[in-house]
Amino acid sequence: MNKIYLDNASTTPTDSRVLKAMEPYYNKIYGNAGSLHTAGRESKTAILKARKSIAQILNCKPEEIIFTGSGTESDNLAILGVARACARSLGLAKSNFCSSGECPQGDYPSSKNLFSSALSAHIITSNIEHHAVLYPCEQLEKEGFKVTSSKVDKDGILLLEDFKKVITDETVLISIMYANNEIGTIQPIEEIGKIIKEIRANRFKRNISTPIYFHTDACQAAGYLDLDVQKLGVDLLTLNGSKIYGPKGTGVLYVKAGTKIDPIVFGGGQENGKRSGTENISGIIGLAKALEISQATGKESAKEAKLRDYFIKEVSKKVSKVVLNGHAQKRLPNNINISILDIEGEAMLLWLDKYGIYCSTGSACDSQSLEPSHVILALSRPYEYANGNLRFTLGRSTTKKDLDYVLKVLPKIVADLRRISPVNVRV
Amino acid sequence: MKTKNTKKIKKLDVASSHSGEGWIYSDIVKSHFFKPHNFLAKLPKKGEFDAEGQVGSPQCGDVMKIWFKVDPKGPKGYPKIKKLKWRTFGCASAIAATSMFSVMVTEKGGMTVDQALKIKPQDIMSRLGGLPVRKVHCSVLCDKAFMQAANNYFRSKGQHEKIIVLGHKVIDKRLNITDHDIEDAVLEGARTLLDVQKKLKVGVGDPEAIPEIEQLIKFYLEKYYG
Repeated sequence: MNKIYLDNASTTPTDSRVLKAMEPYYNKIYGNAGSLHTAGRESKTAILKARKSIAQILNCKPEEIIFTGSGTESDNLAILGVARACARSLGLAKSNFCSSGECPQGDYPSSKNLFSSALSAHIITSNIEHHAVLYPCEQLEKEGFKVTSSKVDKDGILLLEDFKKVITDETVLISIMYANNEIGTIQPIEEIGKIIKEIRANRFKRNISTPIYFHTDACQAAGYLDLDVQKLGVDLLTLNGSKIYGPKGTGVLYVKAGTKIDPIVFGGGQENGKRSGTENISGIIGLAKALEISQATGKESAKEAKLRDYFIKEVSKKVSKVVLNGHAQKRLPNNINISILDIEGEAMLLWLDKYGIYCSTGSACDSQSLEPSHVILALSRPYEYANGNLRFTLGRSTTKKDLDYVLKVLPKIVADLRRISPVNVRV
Repeated sequence: MKTKNTKKIKKLDVASSHSGEGWIYSDIVKSHFFKPHNFLAKLPKKGEFDAEGQVGSPQCGDVMKIWFKVDPKGPKGYPKIKKLKWRTFGCASAIAATSMFSVMVTEKGGMTVDQALKIKPQDIMSRLGGLPVRKVHCSVLCDKAFMQAANNYFRSKGQHEKIIVLGHKVIDKRLNITDHDIEDAVLEGARTLLDVQKKLKVGVGDPEAIPEIEQLIKFYLEKYYG
């Protein structure tokens, strides 16, 4: 049976060119980049080269690139690291005003002071972020931070007017994803970057020293969109290897020089003290190679966009009561996310799997929490839409023939499942 | 026989519940999902069935509807369920569980309504060769859909004394949490007081309720997984 992999937003296969680039770094060049001997220096040189290559793509300085263990880790470092560092510096600023003996000694404010500075520190994110952003934010709420979730419109695009209104003088960090992992919608990062620049200038004028930083999770975008951090106007950017035909377990966090950030992993002080742990040299080489390849293959995305639009058009002809989730144009070239009413996503997924078609669903039955996708719910759609949800994400190897096969099989599956369903929702 | 089944269930549960890597369906679940038995293909004609019952809602992810017909003079002279049909909106385990339930009720000449009412979720699970822990609540629904149908049946026959009213006892008075909520929490994977508290926030507002909650957790754990 033919296997049709349409789950490239979950993860991609590793490109053979990437594998080839990585191969020497397991047992030929294996020294610890922190060692002074020749073997160590070889590794160090290779990592520097990878760092430079990534910096060039991101249009930043090599020392602004931090290698991590995943996109999730980069998101966690960005959010926890920046928020805690900002709260600490706000606490310090407050304690500097004290002149009595009650003031804390040394560089650190008392825990009471830190807590109160956390209370006055504010973070903004969106209601369609990945859990790797949402859960660290929840953690920060427990630590006393204020968190606001800015809303998207029914097409899954951030409502900029609403977003502007929730920014306060206490806002220290804004984290908005570049492109969504479930519905592929592309967020107006450049515009948000400009808004934040204005706010920064305005705060400076009013003598407010509270910093404001902008982080974007670009894991899904990295394979398709421009990653120039100057143009985007971001202070922090997350990307990873597993979504761009690179190795799994590799991540990058771009951190603009001068950004206040505390580490979340402590140890040998690698990555400028921001992320300890012996460098994953083969992973770093592979990630750099994967990013080079994916940024060079611009034509691929036009091909995938064409296939995407073809599928969306055909599926709505062949299946009744089907809706597209997310904006039709402002979405990643490889993302198809639909809801099919009256039946449940996991059941469809398992039938498709039986036919060798691999996709994913935001249905409650498919999640650990038994809660349907927060992204589909954020589109102000009823629960029925979230539970009948399917995501097909195309890749470099996807052909029109593959999609035609899905278009042949899917209507049959839908008809069979609808025959045994007692639900008939009116649209 | 009983212990054998329990062992089987446990083995499958470990593989599926906390790994975060999906779950394993037994071959029986798969066969009932891909080839369901006794589903209602066409909407019923008037008088085709004696009663119907439905539970769930598409919002929460599962809906089950059951229709059945009783033969007043069954094979041995007393009323037995002759035909039981169903429709299910839900995941694979929900579909497979309803399918299996319909087989259990109608096989070997069929059950009486009273016998069918005695089928417990764990009986269905055993016949299915187990279900992943967090999927158990799906299969629990088909016995409830049947109970609704049976109540409708008793009502139509004037047997009001037989109607089953589910009594829910309020355990945490401040949050209005019942024994039924705790049962659901256990079915969804809670094993300890802490798990249940996390799921329901019980006992936080009413600490006096804690001993009773602990007893209920023990009771439901033994009932479903003991």
